[in-house]
Amino acid sequence: MTGPFRTPYPGYDILDKWASPSFDDATRNVLRLRRVPPPRRFLSEERYSTLQALCATVIPQRRARPVEIAPWIDAALHENRGTGTRFAVMPPDREAWPLGLDAIDAEAQATHDGKGFSDLPSTDRGRLLKAIDADKLRARQAWHDMPAGKFFRAIALKQIVQFYYSQPAAMSEIGYGGPAAPRGYVRLTASGIDPWEAPFGNWKEERK
Amino acid sequence: MTRPIGQHAPEAETEPRAVDGRAPDVFSSRGYVPMREFRTEDEVDFVIVGAGCGGSVLAAKLAEAGMSVVLFEAGPFFRPLSDFASDEYEQEKLYWLDPRISDGDDPIEFGANNSGQAVGGSSVHFQMVSLRFRPEWFKARTKLGYGKDWPVDWREMWKYYAEVEAALKISGPIRYPWGPPRGRYPYRAHEVNEAGLVLARGAEALGVGWTPTPLCTVSAPRGKSPPCAYRGMCKIGCSVNAKQSMLITYVPRAIRAGAEVRDLAMVGRVETASDGRATGVSYHRGGAWMHQKARNVVLAGYSIETPRLMLNSDTARHSQGLANSNGLVGRNLMVHSNHAVWAKFDEEIRWYKGPPSMATCEHWNYADDDPSKDFDGGYSFMSQGPLPGDFAGTLTSASGLFGDDLLKAMGDYNRMAGLKIVGETMPSPDNRVMLSDELDDLGLPRPRVTFSFCENDKRLQRHSLDFMSKMLTAAGGQNLLETSSTAHLMGGCAMGDDPETSVTDDMGRCWDVDNLWICDGSLMPTAGGVNPAMTILANSARIADRIIASRGNL
Repeated sequence: MTGPFRTPYPGYDILDKWASPSFDDATRNVLRLRRVPPPRRFLSEERYSTLQALCATVIPQRRARPVEIAPWIDAALHENRGTGTRFAVMPPDREAWPLGLDAIDAEAQATHDGKGFSDLPSTDRGRLLKAIDADKLRARQAWHDMPAGKFFRAIALKQIVQFYYSQPAAMSEIGYGGPAAPRGYVRLTASGIDPWEAPFGNWKEERK
Repeated sequence: MTRPIGQHAPEAETEPRAVDGRAPDVFSSRGYVPMREFRTEDEVDFVIVGAGCGGSVLAAKLAEAGMSVVLFEAGPFFRPLSDFASDEYEQEKLYWLDPRISDGDDPIEFGANNSGQAVGGSSVHFQMVSLRFRPEWFKARTKLGYGKDWPVDWREMWKYYAEVEAALKISGPIRYPWGPPRGRYPYRAHEVNEAGLVLARGAEALGVGWTPTPLCTVSAPRGKSPPCAYRGMCKIGCSVNAKQSMLITYVPRAIRAGAEVRDLAMVGRVETASDGRATGVSYHRGGAWMHQKARNVVLAGYSIETPRLMLNSDTARHSQGLANSNGLVGRNLMVHSNHAVWAKFDEEIRWYKGPPSMATCEHWNYADDDPSKDFDGGYSFMSQGPLPGDFAGTLTSASGLFGDDLLKAMGDYNRMAGLKIVGETMPSPDNRVMLSDELDDLGLPRPRVTFSFCENDKRLQRHSLDFMSKMLTAAGGQNLLETSSTAHLMGGCAMGDDPETSVTDDMGRCWDVDNLWICDGSLMPTAGGVNPAMTILANSARIADRIIASRGNL
């Protein structure tokens, strides 16, 4: 499969259910607060722009108002929010992220005549991240002892995608039902969908 | 302690709610119920540390028998109706987020799949799969030639499974296909969703049994609980109160019977006197360290926090940690293999509707004589319905996908179905919990957990992936993807018949300290091939009755 992703559910937006029985006050409050991304407080400006480029490469967005991801990763670091785990081979998140962002930038510079990661076109960024994922490194010393592939998959990629796919815009583009309390669902099998779900997707353009 | 970001810090996560003679009314948005309180200098009959599946059942039953009980919980006391959002990111507040340091060949990922930090523990966000151990597993060594024997007869455990299933009004099938006959489930099974019907089609094609999963969410009204709304967010907390978690069942029972719950109270040490016996606990609440006196202390913090607390309560007399003269505290920690196969279907499955695991196959827990079974122990597997963020994490961890490739793979979300195992791992003394040199915010040593799969575990995983691939293909699935992970924790403080080879006796009483008890999943000598919640609950109900019966000798 090549080319950009096109949603099978054009026009479907879970936020259209905002005032319906699929949304409750607790959910509305959380989503209202999330509309305003927190300011950058933890990462340096330079690292932050590498992070923004990383997020845009992992989740390319063509919508008018892209979901902001970087501010929430910076906020988690600022507030020292844990994930429950620190793999013994990895430094704590507050060290791993700055180190990893610097190293991604160093990989870009080593591969592309001194150009930083955020200055690369997206195809080059993608190729670079695949190399990092496979631990094929050009700037090994920049990683110190941190396993590059593990940083990319277990920390960077995971935190970016888990945040993005719990946001309304991402839920809408995959046809997920979204918030569903208190109403829930009535039709549970493939033979039917409830009127407050996404209509059946458009799968015609799919190439197998 | 840590809490999710989002400028959203409701008072439940910062200020204790169970104070001033009242506790949150979990069936209201803002209300309270009266609660008895004890003074720290009162020597209560039982201090219980941890308000999950182990501690809540015990607290309710001991309080109902007239004993004075204080139930400690490190996490908040939530009211689901007003505190739980339909939002994966927000609801991470239900997990134990302070880092555990994880190493070994197969380091465990901690958080959503194996921890809870709230009144009700991980029962607040579990997937409600309510299965029983196979009878032979309680004598796995003698009858099946692997693992260890439990110090309990299966018939006694089955009596207590029936007790807790009745208390939680489990909704289950009319006839359960495996094992000896069991009584009727209290509530009828839920309608199986399409993701479950995929499992059913595959099972029928391959000629193995399947069943609607017995689930811990009601299929009809019960008291103040409405029937399940099929919202599908069970794993991030039920915001309608259909799920019969500890938070809305045994905890309110305990409070009604006169137990006190102390929320946002982190116990750091069990205190002992010069004779080695426990005298109470030191705990941190409301910004200060305090001490609660008690005649008996019960640890119910699960397989990481219970051993951590024992190891951190060392004294001159208990130099290796409390009740650890044989060095077994923290050892024989087990997980469940949680390997899965995912497939794409022509039609839209929409697996987000209903509880995530509505159909189950226990075939490989009972197929001793099948020539293809090349491993000890067993596994069950269930249909799946991960939320988008959860599934994206699974997909990228396994594949490394990003960019448009990832967006396209996630674009198939509504056409995916999956099967995932709960696979038994073997107890090994090298898989263990220790204390690290690193301190948490309260100055307590963080746990360091070492875990590696053995060859038998890996054979089981491979077998299950092959079998589930066949089944999904038979059901019409394409583009199969295998993923690996773990769920649940078992062991770490095994009970047994022999003080040389176990930490406690058959009623959870520590061999070394006769007024220190354990009542949680860490007691489990083997893991079994089913979700552990019902076994932990049944064992806790059993321990409660044993304590009540022997109260004259405590």
